[in-house]
Amino acid sequence: MTTLTKTEDAPAPTGPESFLSVRDLKVQFSTEDGIVKAVDGLSFDVERGKTLGIVGESGSGKSVTNLTILGLHNPRTSTVDGEIVLDGKELVTATEKELEQLRGNKMAMIFQDPLTALSPFYTVGRQLSEPFMKHRGASKKDAKDRAIQMLEKVGIPQPKARFDDYPHQFSGGMRQRAMIAMALMCDPELLIADEPTTALDVTVQAQILDLLKDLQQEFGSAIIFITHDLGVISNMADDLLVMYAGRAVERGSVREVLGAPKHPYTWGLLSSMPRLDGDINEALEPIPGSPPSLLNPPSGCPFHPRCAFKDEVPGTLCTDSRPPLGEGRASACHLTAEQKQSIFIDKIQPRLR
Amino acid sequence: MFQFIIRRTVGALVTLILIGAATFFLFVAAPSDYASLACGKDCSPARLEDIRQALGLNLPIHQQFWDFMSGIVMGRDFPTGHCSAPCLGQSFYSGDMVWSTIMDRFPTTLTLTAGGAVVFVIVGVGAGMIAAYKRGTMVDKVATGVSMVLSSFQIYVLGPIVLLIFVYSTGWMDNPAYHPITENPWKWFTGLLLPVLVMATIFTAQYTRMARSSMIEQLAEEHVRTARAKGMSNKYVFFRYAWRGSMIPIVTVLGIDISAMLGGAVVTELTFSLQGIGRLAVDGAVHKDLPLTMGVMLFGAFFILIVNILTDIAYAYIDPRVRLS
Repeated sequence: MTTLTKTEDAPAPTGPESFLSVRDLKVQFSTEDGIVKAVDGLSFDVERGKTLGIVGESGSGKSVTNLTILGLHNPRTSTVDGEIVLDGKELVTATEKELEQLRGNKMAMIFQDPLTALSPFYTVGRQLSEPFMKHRGASKKDAKDRAIQMLEKVGIPQPKARFDDYPHQFSGGMRQRAMIAMALMCDPELLIADEPTTALDVTVQAQILDLLKDLQQEFGSAIIFITHDLGVISNMADDLLVMYAGRAVERGSVREVLGAPKHPYTWGLLSSMPRLDGDINEALEPIPGSPPSLLNPPSGCPFHPRCAFKDEVPGTLCTDSRPPLGEGRASACHLTAEQKQSIFIDKIQPRLR
Repeated sequence: MFQFIIRRTVGALVTLILIGAATFFLFVAAPSDYASLACGKDCSPARLEDIRQALGLNLPIHQQFWDFMSGIVMGRDFPTGHCSAPCLGQSFYSGDMVWSTIMDRFPTTLTLTAGGAVVFVIVGVGAGMIAAYKRGTMVDKVATGVSMVLSSFQIYVLGPIVLLIFVYSTGWMDNPAYHPITENPWKWFTGLLLPVLVMATIFTAQYTRMARSSMIEQLAEEHVRTARAKGMSNKYVFFRYAWRGSMIPIVTVLGIDISAMLGGAVVTELTFSLQGIGRLAVDGAVHKDLPLTMGVMLFGAFFILIVNILTDIAYAYIDPRVRLS
């Protein structure tokens, strides 16, 4: 992919003045079978005008993290520890009323499945207008004008006529656009997009991604982009967080993480990605095994049961102790920097050509 | 919409004719001869023949069926007099015209149904929604517990207990009976108050549980989460977004219950010795009274079909994805 330098060029750790700062976030669900540690000590920052990509397998805690930022987790079954600070405001301890004022206003979310995420019972126009009326105190008429303007901006043809349509009268791509328009009604400063293009055709996907980038340039919003599509993320994000079993295992700029990944899990993700110019007879190399149970996570490094390189680490370090994730450009793995470097160059990079 | 109603009405008529035919031929196929039953102990062949003649039982079966069905539309003439449309025939047993008997009894059944439905929809669905809204709190636990206990009761258990307390022991109320609302609205109200409340109590419990679970299911829907993500308040999300979807199963069951009750609330009527449609249906079957059975059957089927159409219209009103075409 890109050339390698032998130095650890880590960006300086971002300070506490970040626009969104998540520190040591822990989200636990109590289920009948026990406590599920869905997010277990996660920290990251997002700056205004920047996009943070979060990748990871299903169940790695990506969506839970972001629902927790908005305070949409179920308070009866989950407990949240740690800090989420948005523009100086602590969200974990905020009241429901305070969160209500922020949701859809300062922070908004685009959900994954536009088919189920829009209410089938109300018109698209009404669903778009509601947050604007609530947060801006706008009249119905003003909200309607705004909604039509946003529908037009996201590329819905004849937005005036479409205002009174129900979601089921929209195509999948149009619904996703309407979803985006809805999230953008109040010019949110933080936009969380949870796999916004997964359900769409690639052509529509490209349009939606372009749209998000344009809107980010226009409004200067911070975006958290959740996906498991590395191709999409390399196109969208500035920084990248790789999550595994509720934790960040690798962090850095997109160029660094995808160009010179340092964690065996990231290597696995990259190796299992099909390539357009790949030989049809060449087998993909999926990561062996399946994601760990969060009810009963493996001891030590949660990735060790699936890791092909744990033998390179001396002793029982991998099964006994959990590797920490450092600040800035970092990866949570017991392999030494030199080992990571040489394994990547010798064994991983040839596969990615 | 208009087209829908026309089409469904035609469909309902066809269904009614089919139901009529099925009832009629099943009854005829049954191994019992009403004429010999009516004839009694000292029966002579001549007397038997007279009875057959009088009841029209000696006509070919298809002729009997045609007479019955055409009578509904055009009216019929019996030896005892004319029966004007809608004529459901003359009872073998009592000799009364079936239609007028049904019309005599219907106000009792209608009062029971309407009174009961008002109570169990408002109280039952309301309590279920409050329980769902306050899920996990004391309110929810009480509502869930009480409805669990009450829904395992039966009308014939609760009814006699209530009668014992309010009528026989204390004498606070008269024995339940129907009084026409046109004559004395207060008597009409108090006359059927006990049966309505007993029936409604048991239904209320069921509706509470159904509304609660339906609401909780809706609250977990993704579109409800989206509404919260927009900053809509819990109350707004609950009563606008979740409420709408939770109505669909409730309307379905309500339709079934109402149409069944209009066709006769047998257990309630028998428990409280009321003269309603349900009682009539039992009498018809017990006395092998073909015209009465046919009449009650068609009358009940008519309501089931009407309520079905209304239910479909309600679906379309609740859910814009349902198109009436």
